[in-house]
Amino acid sequence: MVRSDTLDLTPLRPILERYAPQGRPGLLPALQEAQALYGYLPEPVAAAIGQALRVPLADVHGVIDFYALLYREPVGRTIIRVCTDPACWMRGADEVLEAACRRTGCGVNETSADGAYTVERAPCLGLCNCAPAVNLTFNDTRPAKTVSFAHVEVSQLDRVLSGKGRPPEDYVGGDLCIVTPLAGRGRRMTLTEYQAVGGMQALRRTLGEKMAPAEVIKLVNDAGLVGRGGAAFPTWIKWDGAANAKGSPKYFVVNADESEPGTFKDRILLEGDPCRILEGAMVGAYAIGAHRIYFYIRGEYPTALERVKAAVDECYAAGLLGPDVLGTGYALDVEVRSGAGAYICGEETALFESIEGKRGFPRIKPPFPATYGLFGKPTAINNVETLAKIPYIITHGPEAFHRFGTEKSTGPKLFCVSGDVLRPGLYEVPFGVTIRHLIENLAGGVVGGGLRAILFGGAAGAFATAEHLDVKLSFEDLRAVGLPLGSGVVMVFNDTRDMRQVLLRLGRFFAHESCGKCYPCQLGTQRQYEILERLARGQALPGDKERLLDVGWTMTDASLCGLGQTAAGAVLSAMKLWPELFES
Amino acid sequence: MTNIHLTIDGKSITVPAGTTILKAAAQLGISIPTICYHEYCTANGLCRMCVVEVEGMRLLQPACLVPVAEGMKVQTRNARVERSRRTIVEMLNSAVDLSEAPEIQEQLADYNADPARFPEAQRRERPVIDDNPMYVRDYSKCILCWRCVQVCADDAQYTYAINFDGRGFETQIGTFYDKAMPETTCVFCGQCVGVCPTGALKPKREWLLQEGKTPDEIMNMTRAQRRRRGRG
Ligand SMILES: Cc1cc2nc3c(=O)[nH]c(=O)nc-3n(C[C@H](O)[C@H](O)[C@H](O)COP(=O)(O)O)c2cc1C
Ligand code: SF4
Ligand code: FES
Repeated sequence: MVRSDTLDLTPLRPILERYAPQGRPGLLPALQEAQALYGYLPEPVAAAIGQALRVPLADVHGVIDFYALLYREPVGRTIIRVCTDPACWMRGADEVLEAACRRTGCGVNETSADGAYTVERAPCLGLCNCAPAVNLTFNDTRPAKTVSFAHVEVSQLDRVLSGKGRPPEDYVGGDLCIVTPLAGRGRRMTLTEYQAVGGMQALRRTLGEKMAPAEVIKLVNDAGLVGRGGAAFPTWIKWDGAANAKGSPKYFVVNADESEPGTFKDRILLEGDPCRILEGAMVGAYAIGAHRIYFYIRGEYPTALERVKAAVDECYAAGLLGPDVLGTGYALDVEVRSGAGAYICGEETALFESIEGKRGFPRIKPPFPATYGLFGKPTAINNVETLAKIPYIITHGPEAFHRFGTEKSTGPKLFCVSGDVLRPGLYEVPFGVTIRHLIENLAGGVVGGGLRAILFGGAAGAFATAEHLDVKLSFEDLRAVGLPLGSGVVMVFNDTRDMRQVLLRLGRFFAHESCGKCYPCQLGTQRQYEILERLARGQALPGDKERLLDVGWTMTDASLCGLGQTAAGAVLSAMKLWPELFES
Repeated sequence: MTNIHLTIDGKSITVPAGTTILKAAAQLGISIPTICYHEYCTANGLCRMCVVEVEGMRLLQPACLVPVAEGMKVQTRNARVERSRRTIVEMLNSAVDLSEAPEIQEQLADYNADPARFPEAQRRERPVIDDNPMYVRDYSKCILCWRCVQVCADDAQYTYAINFDGRGFETQIGTFYDKAMPETTCVFCGQCVGVCPTGALKPKREWLLQEGKTPDEIMNMTRAQRRRRGRG
């Protein structure tokens, strides 16, 4: 392990030189690269970075401490992060975590005495379709390397720890193949392959032929496209707002921070077909008049990060990015950013703060991103799946898009099916098919028992039961029965599952991920978790039900951002469905 | 400047555009409770104690931040608002030592808060940090109102000696790699001590008196400290 009294700062110099001109916005990448060299962030390294980038040292400290993947103290030569959130828990993640602790001799969130290992409990790693999952950082290679393994078995733990685990294999299916034709093939499809199936036509038709930006936005409006990141907001309104906002430069941001427990759709798209997402973002940037795209990818998605970077390089080489895109004179650049372990950074304004080199605290809205976004400039930000639809809408037209789905929910939709079904995976269907069709026909039905519950929309979602099987999957039909579509999570639990354990894990997730800015969520997620913990142990106290209700409604009603506002959603929905679970 | 007409708790009022609900209510003599709000600090909407119900809005709104709007109908205290306020102070009380925060004590009473509402709750208990001659830091009393961080930074002093540790429930105020105050950029201007509402930041002398030291003992201690420093 690197000791700070013998620390050699020479290898840090190139990093400082590269990021110093950026100032504070260079802080996260500088810290990440430095950590990859030193294994953690020793004080002199953090101080040198702060000085070079002119960031107050206390602020550097605040940033390091905010992000779960940045370390102020020495950590093990191998960091083992075991996901124990619901989908992985159902496939034996608790046993994997226990085995990892036994094998390494350290407790959870501890480093072994010999400095060989650190074991951590990880929030959902976006590998719910191939659970249980483990994410490892090999800190003794320079630079450090992070990988994820799937279907981890206790008996195979040693192979996993030596870097020879099973890579994730994603099942991609469904009734449609509009945005998924190149996804789930076990490798990245190249720009050439993407172009061979019509890729980059949308970019050529819009930016390439100098289509009026308002015309581009009109196509997106006519298609009725709404955001797939969770809030279902009309995409064209965001674009139009940013296009017409005063102020320059403008920015386009790709939200690839996918961390909602149960969600893995964006990972599969990014790993298999990153060019499609890039094309969507490039068209969007052109539509709003932005010349710079920030592509913010979750820190626990090393494969996606590497592949998006490779796709960006190919686009530059092909003249699709750079100072003169397609010979039109339009300059367009992409900067790929990696998150550092914070679910809250998927919230759009927290994501901006993170790119600006700050703690990922969500901002007060209004002002909204369209007028005051990244660096205080007009910004459009979209989810990966939203952007994946753009090329189709432009090349096939809004009418073609309307052929799929219902009148109010247009187009194809991706669902992340995990848990107790025969074939967990990513399913592309038109809006309007029933939950039953998705679970029984496509995912092969419930396994291991009868159907107990379906978690919709992720940790921030709500539960459905067998009664809901014939409800149609559309915004309007789900809303009518009080279910959120959210990010497309459909997590299935059979009737042998202990739902209190499920709630405990959702509660722990929010307590771990609350940013701590506003009181209702900072305090409420912790209190909620403690009560759920008692409940799971079978030791609920009198009054715990009322406590959960008060804490839950206070978070929902009074929190500053969407995290706190939804942190009690699943618990409150479970209280309605299964009041008996909450009796002591 | 345009004027905005609205009603608060059924009473009509006209105020200039840009006025917050908090300020408009005050003009009607309606006092909305606040914790994090401070006249001279940037409002960040942290504590949410000031939430009110605004007709047509799905969620409760923080009165300290939200500007009035034409025709707005505000209710500053109904059952829904009371539930949030009571739960917020009960949760705060279950996490930190509010014994020297008289204003929050009053709010606890006003909202019928149960001091033992959350049994077995983890508290943010930290040892007192006594690392400089001017003030002590007792973060067991810290409510994370951010005022000290803000006055140390862009709200007043531009010194940037303190920032945050951890996140979520584990958040605390801290220095670069936990350094003692004299080793930071702190200039001991005392602004942070001045804005702290809970006694978490306290002049050293006041703390020593509370700890039972006599003024003479304190005098001797400071002399001894000065001598030590003179030698060092
Ligand atoms: C706590 C929280 C986490 C979020 N995480 C994500 C995320 O990982 N990916 C995402 O696309 N949107 C996420 N969102 C939603 C974004 O704030 C934003 O609505 C979205 O990026 C907009 O894109 P869209 O309109 O294309 O859906 C999150 C929101 C909240 C409140
Ligand atoms: S609800 Fe509040 S504490 Fe929770 S993440 Fe949002 S701002 Fe942070
Ligand atoms: S006083 Fe309004 S949020 Fe604290």
